[in-house]
Amino acid sequence: MATRQTQLLARTLLTPAVGLLFIWMIVPLALTIYFSTLHYSLLDPGSEAFVGLENFRYFLTDPAFLASLQNTLVLVGSVLALTVLLGVPLALLLDQPVIGLNIVRLMVIAPFFVMPTVSALVWKNLLMHPVSGLFAWIASLFGLTPIDWFTDAPLLAVILIVSWQWLPFATLILLTAMQSLDEEQKEAAEMDGASAVSTFIYITLPHLARPVTVVILIETIFLLTVFAEIYVTTGGGPGLSTTNIAFLIYSQALIQYDVGTASAGGLVAVVIANVVAFFLVRIVGRNLEA
Amino acid sequence: MARTATRQRVVVSTIGAWFFGFLIFFPILWMVLASFKTELEAFAIPPSFLFFHWTAENYATVQERSDYVLHAMNSIIIAGGSTLIALLIAIPAAWSMAFSPTKRAKDILLWMLSTKMMPPVGVLVPIYLIYKSFGLLDSRIGLVFILCLGNLPIVIWMLFTYFKEIPRDILEAARMDGATIGRELIYVLTPMAIPGLASTMLLNLILAWNEAFWTLNLSTSNAAPLTTFIASYSSPEGLFWAKLSAASTLAIAPILVLGWFSQKQLVRGLTFGAVK
Repeated sequence: MATRQTQLLARTLLTPAVGLLFIWMIVPLALTIYFSTLHYSLLDPGSEAFVGLENFRYFLTDPAFLASLQNTLVLVGSVLALTVLLGVPLALLLDQPVIGLNIVRLMVIAPFFVMPTVSALVWKNLLMHPVSGLFAWIASLFGLTPIDWFTDAPLLAVILIVSWQWLPFATLILLTAMQSLDEEQKEAAEMDGASAVSTFIYITLPHLARPVTVVILIETIFLLTVFAEIYVTTGGGPGLSTTNIAFLIYSQALIQYDVGTASAGGLVAVVIANVVAFFLVRIVGRNLEA
Repeated sequence: MARTATRQRVVVSTIGAWFFGFLIFFPILWMVLASFKTELEAFAIPPSFLFFHWTAENYATVQERSDYVLHAMNSIIIAGGSTLIALLIAIPAAWSMAFSPTKRAKDILLWMLSTKMMPPVGVLVPIYLIYKSFGLLDSRIGLVFILCLGNLPIVIWMLFTYFKEIPRDILEAARMDGATIGRELIYVLTPMAIPGLASTMLLNLILAWNEAFWTLNLSTSNAAPLTTFIASYSSPEGLFWAKLSAASTLAIAPILVLGWFSQKQLVRGLTFGAVK
């Protein structure tokens, strides 16, 4: 009797959250599916008509789609590679006895709390500006010609900015994992005459497999939809060189006012995210259960 | 011998760590320094690092030019409001899943997380149109609502992992001693749940404060929080480096401090305890 009562209570308490999230999931998704089958332009009101899969054909065969898909993959892949490859040695360094470690750690994780619009603007103007930016000045100190980042290497510039924001996250997770590593195991290895290198390869690195998959999982979710950094720095340009899927759909919807095509693109983005998530969850799932 | 080797190691790793820490922190430091320069000095080549004429006038100008206080208020209301409402919805849900778990609790949790996998851009169009027809564009309440829903899965997950760790024996002992559910909640459960609640709140304040996709697309002026306000400096006529830096410093300072305080919980919160 009491259990039935508590069960009822539990269900009642759960309902608002489940209900809201269900609406939040289903309503926009259903509308997106509906819009994606319409010719629907905000510039041309009243001309909505059912066009079947025409919008998908249009979106998927648009050269902009392939370009943005490639940019998305390059962006996600590069940032993941940079943050993990730099995060491991950085975490390893912070795991050493360091004087003033607390302050160093605060400095290292700080970029993660900087809002994306701010970090994009600071990098673009104060650091990467081709004339008065700090990088240009450093280049000139060495007698080099400063790079005009957002003209000559726009995607690389975006990758650097996003990596700077996410390196702290990777480092923090990896460092936390390293600190939970059994000290006795390391000491035992040292006693047995293992070198620092082999301790790292045979003890630390395997221990990091799990946090690395967690880092990859979480970063991928966020990096697939990088938006503010592009919006603020390049606006997707020059040409399409920094347009990712997220930005392409945004520009279809709110710059070209083509709701039908943007909705079709939105569904393509949902599908891509789910394909990626499917593989990620499988890989991570294997790692987490072990 | 061993002692000097250790001391050497400390010296080397200290120098290395400080060097890289400084390198990573540098863009933020450079921004703060620029905010105290005059526009001329902020733009100057070669740049001046410390020996410039320090001035605080940029901070006054930022407010005069574009009403920083209004946007900061918007940020506080939107981040704070969405966090509070999310907590109000999430606490009962997480509590019920943690303390009277059904077989489906795990499925429900995974399903909740899966809503986070949906890229916001996939549903931007309908949300935009719904907001437009309900007059919610550029309104604080609209942003509160959307950020609340966006963060709800994470809030529930975090609270669930914290609640799960509260030993049930203690609750049972309290019940044996004749405590009512109300007393049990107030005197036993709440004190133990407070650290978890606090860190969930902090993490969500940080996420909501820095959220840029929805705020950029759904607000223009009246309800624009600091993320949107800062983005307005990306137009060429807004290019005043010292003022941009002052505005940016003001925008990130509160959340940076919060973030520093909650770094430990942040790891747990973001990885749902998968990394300890």
